[in-house]
Amino acid sequence: MHTKVTLFVQCLIDSMFPDVGDAMVDVFDRLNVPLEYPEKQTCCGQPAFNSGYTKEAKVAAQRFVEIFADAERIVCPSGSCVNMVRHHYPQLFADDPVEVRMRVKEIGNRCYEFSEYLTDVLGAVNIGAEFSGRVTYHDSCHLLRGLGIAEQPRKLLENVAGLELIEMNDSDVCCGFGGTFSVNYPEISTALVDEKIDNILVSGADYVVGCDVSCLMNIKGRLLRRGENVEVLHLAEVLAAGGNSA
Amino acid sequence: MSGPNGLPYREGARQGLANQDLQKNLKNLQNRFGRGAMKYWASLPDQEQRDRTKRQRMRTLENLDVALSLLATNIEKAGGHVYFAKTAEDAVNYTLRVARKNEVQTVVKGKSMTSEEIGLDEALEKNEIEVVETDLGEYIIQLAGDTSSHIIAPCIHLDRRKIGRLFAEKLDIAYTDDPPTLTQAARTALRRKMLRADMGITGCNIACATTGKISLVSNEGNIRMATTMPRVHLALMGIERVAATMSEHQELLQLLTRGASLQKISTYVSYTGGAKLADEPDGPEEFHLVIIDNGRSAILADEEFREVLACIRCGACLNICPVYGRIGGHAYQSPYSGPIGAVVTPLLRGINEHADLCKGETLCGACLDICPVKNDLPRMLLALRRKLAYGDKKWQTRVHKPLEKISFKLWRWLITSAPLYRLALRCGYLLQKPFVDKDGKISKMMGPGAQWTRDRDLPPLAGEPFSTRWKKKHSHRHPQSNEVDHG
Repeated sequence: MHTKVTLFVQCLIDSMFPDVGDAMVDVFDRLNVPLEYPEKQTCCGQPAFNSGYTKEAKVAAQRFVEIFADAERIVCPSGSCVNMVRHHYPQLFADDPVEVRMRVKEIGNRCYEFSEYLTDVLGAVNIGAEFSGRVTYHDSCHLLRGLGIAEQPRKLLENVAGLELIEMNDSDVCCGFGGTFSVNYPEISTALVDEKIDNILVSGADYVVGCDVSCLMNIKGRLLRRGENVEVLHLAEVLAAGGNSA
Repeated sequence: MSGPNGLPYREGARQGLANQDLQKNLKNLQNRFGRGAMKYWASLPDQEQRDRTKRQRMRTLENLDVALSLLATNIEKAGGHVYFAKTAEDAVNYTLRVARKNEVQTVVKGKSMTSEEIGLDEALEKNEIEVVETDLGEYIIQLAGDTSSHIIAPCIHLDRRKIGRLFAEKLDIAYTDDPPTLTQAARTALRRKMLRADMGITGCNIACATTGKISLVSNEGNIRMATTMPRVHLALMGIERVAATMSEHQELLQLLTRGASLQKISTYVSYTGGAKLADEPDGPEEFHLVIIDNGRSAILADEEFREVLACIRCGACLNICPVYGRIGGHAYQSPYSGPIGAVVTPLLRGINEHADLCKGETLCGACLDICPVKNDLPRMLLALRRKLAYGDKKWQTRVHKPLEKISFKLWRWLITSAPLYRLALRCGYLLQKPFVDKDGKISKMMGPGAQWTRDRDLPPLAGEPFSTRWKKKHSHRHPQSNEVDHG
């Protein structure tokens, strides 16, 4: 029996993309990983933090630390949220007593991004998924540069039966979301996402897959507006597809 | 706040986005130099160099008074003059005094960001002194009456056909867009100016305290001429631009040319400082080093931002930043553009006045990865945003957007109670209904959301959020979860 995983579900997945949460549960079910979901969780505080509202972000962080205090393994299907917990929470508590700082640092060490947990902790690169189609992968900024995760999702995708992984140009360049940046500077944001979409189209892929729905929401929103025929999926949705579920 | 071209950030950005030459040139620049620098760092045999140099640099900054005083002593020993300028105005006035005393009529300049920062060219021209930029890019900008848009490649926003037309008009040559021919035309014109100039003004890439030399890198050789041919050489440097030791100096020089242009070393590196000696055939009769504070000591005094003074102005962050790569340098409203400009300009010229620079990035982190001294610019952008969020006495910053502040207070209140939060989501779900189209997406929103739906669609809030699905669908298959109620 695997160690129990405590799900940390990004607020955007909870409210707008619950299918991604379902898919993650399916994948863990398939691997016989027991799960729990603390129902008190809301948001990790990233929106406030990225806008400079560190006091408000710290309130969210304090809550998170309490809610997940006893969780042995915390897994989240969003790179930027894990980056927030692992790298920015310690900054928010930098002036707190040492035992608080230790607790915060330690919770960051127990917090994993979904693809990272599957490959690096469970050693599961092939989970028996089947998905037919040409897929290109978008590297989300905080996942790639914050957490250093690039190979893990690719390994998982390569092991999906029927899936052809095609690299697009500049997969590691920002999609232009940037939280409130996208609504404060829409012209710049659109120029960035247009470039991302052009690279997706040039790759010839039918699907673009990523590990952070905030980027995916941005890319999908622009793809729809442009009327392009490319589908956007979270990695979990691809991994939950086909095969034999438990 | 408007920039050198009189445009606020968003308008400057719009113009940059619409400039097809700029788009094409920036793409080439980023593909070559941004990608190139990342590969360079990955292939460095000495993988410790960047961290080691950063540590040295921070040590020097923490003892900057000692390093600067040693530098000044050594320059003076070599017959040079040193002037510490508290403000831009002080630096300009000192330069004018030196020029007047020497009855200077023509100044030739090596590329210097600091001189742009203090507005030196305008001041000299106002005093009827001819100023000629000798860096090819800066010369083109000067002829065009334009401002630079990249730290290293100032005329990246101009296309060679435009430069051809400019040269035909200003240098009285037949139109050509052949780069070697254009370069030769500039060289011919500049040589004449060099021969006539009374004074050379340069910046300083890195000074070395123990040797008392300033070093200048260039690929065109113009800086060497500007520092040796005129009677007077005056160099400008920010207080931070000093290495304490020769080893620090050498490491910084290596990182500078690699970061800037993927070169192990630039074509020319000039070490200078002091007047020419009796037995030396060339060199200036007078040497002046102007060491400029102009707001830097406030940065030095603040631990949160001190790190930014480790910057060696290589411009690598411009070569990778996705935002700079689209909007170009003019939007940044200062000679310092790109991610480094977004941090330094608000600190030097006012955080409220340059709030757009603090907020106009995606925080993608590419600038941190490419920086030769690993300056954490995203961290400092967040620190600036914090000043804007709450105001800051020390930095004389006011709350930037009171409404935004209230909305984050409201957000805090919502996220601290799961039932309240879920109720708000439910309300949002019901209220959004008139906006959801038949394909199940939102194409038009009101308020701040309208900025999102300007160019993009939005998926609606789900009728059944994951938290509900967990209770209904998943929890019974993971029964142990029912026993858990953390917090």
